[in-house]
Amino acid sequence: MMERTTGTVTVKSGLADMLKGGVIMDVTNAEQARIAEEAGACAVMALERVPADIRAQGGVARMSAPEKILEIMDAVTIPVMAKARIGHFVEAQILEALGVDFIDESEVLTPADEAHHINKWDFDIPFVCGCRNLGEALRRLLEGAAMIRTKGEAGTGDVVEAVRHARAVMGEIRRLKNKAPEELFSYAKEIGAPYQLIKKTAELGRLPVVNFAAGGVATPADAALMMQLGVDGVFVGSGIFKSGNPAKRAQAIVKAVTHFQDPHILAEVSRDLGEAMVGRTVESLPESERIASRGW
Amino acid sequence: MLQIGVLALQGAFYEHIKKLQQLGVQTVAVRLPEQLTGLDGLIIPGGESTTMGNLAMSFGLVQPLRQFSRQHPVWGTCAGLILLADAARGQKKGGQALIGGLDVEVDRNYFGRQVDSFETELHVPALAKVSGPDAANGLFHAIFIRAPVVTRVGPKVEVLARLSGGEIVAVQQGRLLGTAFHPELSDDLRFHRYFVALSAGALAVSGNGHRHRTAIHS
Repeated sequence: MMERTTGTVTVKSGLADMLKGGVIMDVTNAEQARIAEEAGACAVMALERVPADIRAQGGVARMSAPEKILEIMDAVTIPVMAKARIGHFVEAQILEALGVDFIDESEVLTPADEAHHINKWDFDIPFVCGCRNLGEALRRLLEGAAMIRTKGEAGTGDVVEAVRHARAVMGEIRRLKNKAPEELFSYAKEIGAPYQLIKKTAELGRLPVVNFAAGGVATPADAALMMQLGVDGVFVGSGIFKSGNPAKRAQAIVKAVTHFQDPHILAEVSRDLGEAMVGRTVESLPESERIASRGW
Repeated sequence: MLQIGVLALQGAFYEHIKKLQQLGVQTVAVRLPEQLTGLDGLIIPGGESTTMGNLAMSFGLVQPLRQFSRQHPVWGTCAGLILLADAARGQKKGGQALIGGLDVEVDRNYFGRQVDSFETELHVPALAKVSGPDAANGLFHAIFIRAPVVTRVGPKVEVLARLSGGEIVAVQQGRLLGTAFHPELSDDLRFHRYFVALSAGALAVSGNGHRHRTAIHS
């Protein structure tokens, strides 16, 4: 009898590998999940309110109700992700018990712990975490994340922060590649990340796990911009279901991620999409309303 | 020089490209029909079969892929196996686009959700056919991610590997190859070497990859 081993780093990062070149869409019910699947989403993120509504309505944002997540899991065959609050390992235990495929330990929800993230090694299912720079990304990997996404500024429809964070990570990796081996030790201290992961990143010339963009992607052009900056795929939150024609926009963003290097196809898929989400500029947000700074 | 395409609509196509490059094969990332021209073989990678099917439909790839798979070696891994299968259970509501050609039925996400994804060792006698330093007939370390299994095989289909419970996880029908697992994620080149040999016409092939209909005797 050959042993079967579950919950390994390989099967966790393996699922992340299968999501590459794809679009993960925020959905709040079965109907939206079906629209996302029909449009070609490679996974859906089940949540109670999209980030734009969390922003508008305020209050504490928590893990979704289990019945909503189960409704979405029943509706589609693609992987279903769900969000737990930063540091709220019991929400993560509940999500694992529900059988979701991936947990997003997300700054979009109100943090439950202001010092510690979840010890993700305790779980058999993979986690994705947000980052603004290389140090933050590698700290999350040390805690057991199997996938990284840049944070951007969720619920704004303004891609500027997603670009800032992707450029920060990619730029740091480019500089890292030029460092002498002995310089990596002090660099580890400087960015607050473990030496072994820094060394591995330098050798690979990229993050050791799959890296998606998130937070503010609202158009096919935004999605292709992030892909050209070097991410492996894209999360779209409020950008789809806060727009005039969600089904069409969702499909256009999926096509744009596959053909991100082909401006003719990008021009074609960007046509006649109806209203984009109205959005708010990140610049206009007071510091207290910025959520990318959550996480440590 | 041998040229093998990897369908690059979505999923883990880069991992296949890296493995092929390690074997000195020229590779093409295929996103549009014209990119199939001149290829000696094609790999359909893992990823989401609904996403790939949807994009293949949108960009007019379904018919060209069907045509290609009738004439050339094609290897589907996981989602790729689902797309190559003539029939699939557990499809999304309303069904999904399939390329077909491989006379098997697959059950999508047979093992359950991600928590049931696993690694195991497989006995794959056919790999002994490919030469190379690591081609000894050892076990193949196989990675199953939300994987399908083959639940029915037609008369022309050869079973290459089963799990210890008997589930069929690797099949070949002439020039068509299907694996429920991900050799592109394993640290082992034998499956890729096997497909390269198939694409180079260096393996004796039983049947010719076409779907044969048994004559009806009256």
